[in-house]
Amino acid sequence: MSQFAINLLFVGASFALYIGIAIWARAGSTKEFYVAGGGVNPVTNGMATAADWMSAASFISMAGLLSVGYVNSSFLMGWTGGYVLLAMLLAPYLRKFGKFTVPDFIGDRFYSRGARLVAVICLIIMSVTYVIGQMTGAGVAFSRFLEVSSATGIWIAAIIVFFYAVFGGMKGITYTQVAQYIVLIVAYTIPAVFISLQLTGNPIPMFGMFSTHTESGLPLLQKLDEVVRELGFRDYTADVANKWNMFLFTMSLMIGTAGLPHVIIRFFTVPKVADARWSGGWALVFIALLYLTAPAVASMARLNLITTVYPEAAGQVENYEEAMANALRYEDRPDWFKTWENTGLIRFQDHNNDGRIQMYNPAADMSDRGWAGNELTINNDILVLANPEIANLPPWVIGLIAAGGIAAALSTAAGLLLAISSAISHDLIKKMIKPDITEKGEMLAARISMGGAILLATYLGLNPPGFAAQVVALAFGIAAASLFPVLMMGIFSKRINDKGAIAGMLAGLLSTLLYIFTYLGWFFIPGTNMLPNTADNWLFGISPLSFGAVGAMINFAVAYAVSYSTEAPPQEIQDLVESVRSPKGAGAAVDH
Amino acid sequence: MADDKAKAAAYWSANLRLIVGSLIVWALVSFGFGILLRPLLSGIAVGGTDLGFWFAQQGSILTFIGIIFHYAWRMNKLDEELGGE
Repeated sequence: MSQFAINLLFVGASFALYIGIAIWARAGSTKEFYVAGGGVNPVTNGMATAADWMSAASFISMAGLLSVGYVNSSFLMGWTGGYVLLAMLLAPYLRKFGKFTVPDFIGDRFYSRGARLVAVICLIIMSVTYVIGQMTGAGVAFSRFLEVSSATGIWIAAIIVFFYAVFGGMKGITYTQVAQYIVLIVAYTIPAVFISLQLTGNPIPMFGMFSTHTESGLPLLQKLDEVVRELGFRDYTADVANKWNMFLFTMSLMIGTAGLPHVIIRFFTVPKVADARWSGGWALVFIALLYLTAPAVASMARLNLITTVYPEAAGQVENYEEAMANALRYEDRPDWFKTWENTGLIRFQDHNNDGRIQMYNPAADMSDRGWAGNELTINNDILVLANPEIANLPPWVIGLIAAGGIAAALSTAAGLLLAISSAISHDLIKKMIKPDITEKGEMLAARISMGGAILLATYLGLNPPGFAAQVVALAFGIAAASLFPVLMMGIFSKRINDKGAIAGMLAGLLSTLLYIFTYLGWFFIPGTNMLPNTADNWLFGISPLSFGAVGAMINFAVAYAVSYSTEAPPQEIQDLVESVRSPKGAGAAVDH
Repeated sequence: MADDKAKAAAYWSANLRLIVGSLIVWALVSFGFGILLRPLLSGIAVGGTDLGFWFAQQGSILTFIGIIFHYAWRMNKLDEELGGE
């Protein structure tokens, strides 16, 4: 069977599974549509949350990000540490509150249509920007593995998501996310186990990373440090100078993670407050299965790639310069190299015309070795996508990676689309425009807004704005600076009132946008930035991507100042806060 | 009724104490060991690098899982004692 047929088989089988689940889990009421009836088992919800959270970016790009070295550990700590905040500071109380959406809580707790509207706007900005990356990610996976154009891939993805999200709502999404989690974690782990075995003899990647590299007899990370140092890069494990910025960046990712509406609403689906707490722990366990493996994949894949190009540098080396003189001849390059050259993700240019491949830090001067410039340009995404081929794994593993990448993109896209459509049908239509809408009418509105959201996401996926990558950072910045602080204050303070919440959200949102636009251009239009985006120009050394944590502090401070200089919230709101804090009597659940 | 109020207040302050304790551990393993205090841990070798690197890439995540399960376990017990659940 050809590789194409195998990929088609794996992806096709996974799609058949998702559609089967969609037919089985058809939503019959708004409660089922928005929160799966509140009857999801906490372990099941943990698994669904993990798939919801781990996007195409986590699956495809994270190992590439980590392969830069220690500095990007921020992503690991930030994207997991947020769950500690979520599980202790938000999830149990919002579950007790027992409504359908995140703006629902903000609107009721701050007894204000204005606050609800600001929350809806923040939610839509961050979810729409996030969904673009999922659609393009699905497109990339389709075009690489199924030999269709990226545009066709995006349309196929849209139709599949439409099928189970529009009919099944949260109920359909929950159970497809569970299936998608299993597909993606198996797909991620198997190649990682094989690579760890090949390099270190240890079958568990997270341990293999800290054990001995078989071929050289050195600890793997020490070997990697030596090799990259010889190629003019910073040591892989080297500490960073700007710890302040690393601190703030990690903090922004943590707070942003805890404030993402599509993740928060997953915790509305479990039966009890206690389940919401357990579920946070299970979600992190399932996420950690991938996030503990990713740094191992990153370090091993990077070492593998370098020793493919410099075969003699893999063993015990006395003199690296000699070992690296005999780099791989271009004509001897392996097959996977050729495959990925076709996609443009690997590019070779023989600057010194010696027929060999020299790969090193482009900023380093290696002319004394007769090297005339870095000759190999590699898109870091291939560290995961090409992993099975680099490690010579059987064709079915490649089929699995294809299905896994698509599963990661679809599961996150569906969660985001539900967050968007419920904010429109429930918060805008039911709570603000047409309060007397019937249950049936609201269902229809929810399905129509879901369909509309899918069309918008498809359009943006087909015509991605040039700034797509930067906007993901924007989504985290907004989540950190706008939603998380008011949600937390709404639970932990009885004194914060409507005026304080609105002022806080706007101050956090606008200060973060202003700081990001100052360095990245107004609405990301190139050339409109007021200051160059370099470390010397950053305020107190804070990069625009790290500003979310500062925006959150501004939000807290403004909300407190405004609330304490105006009147206290009415008694019934203080009673509401009191009831949210107590686990007693959370709303009834529907069994599945 | 007054008893209920006192119980609710005791429940909430026990929750807050637990949260503060958990957040201290949370910050220590990530912002502390993983980032700011890494130079202090550089003497402790772990598999070709130092303990701070391990905390940044593995230890913090494992600790986070422990924190959440510990919190859930303690709070669920507290629910039975004071929350009336």
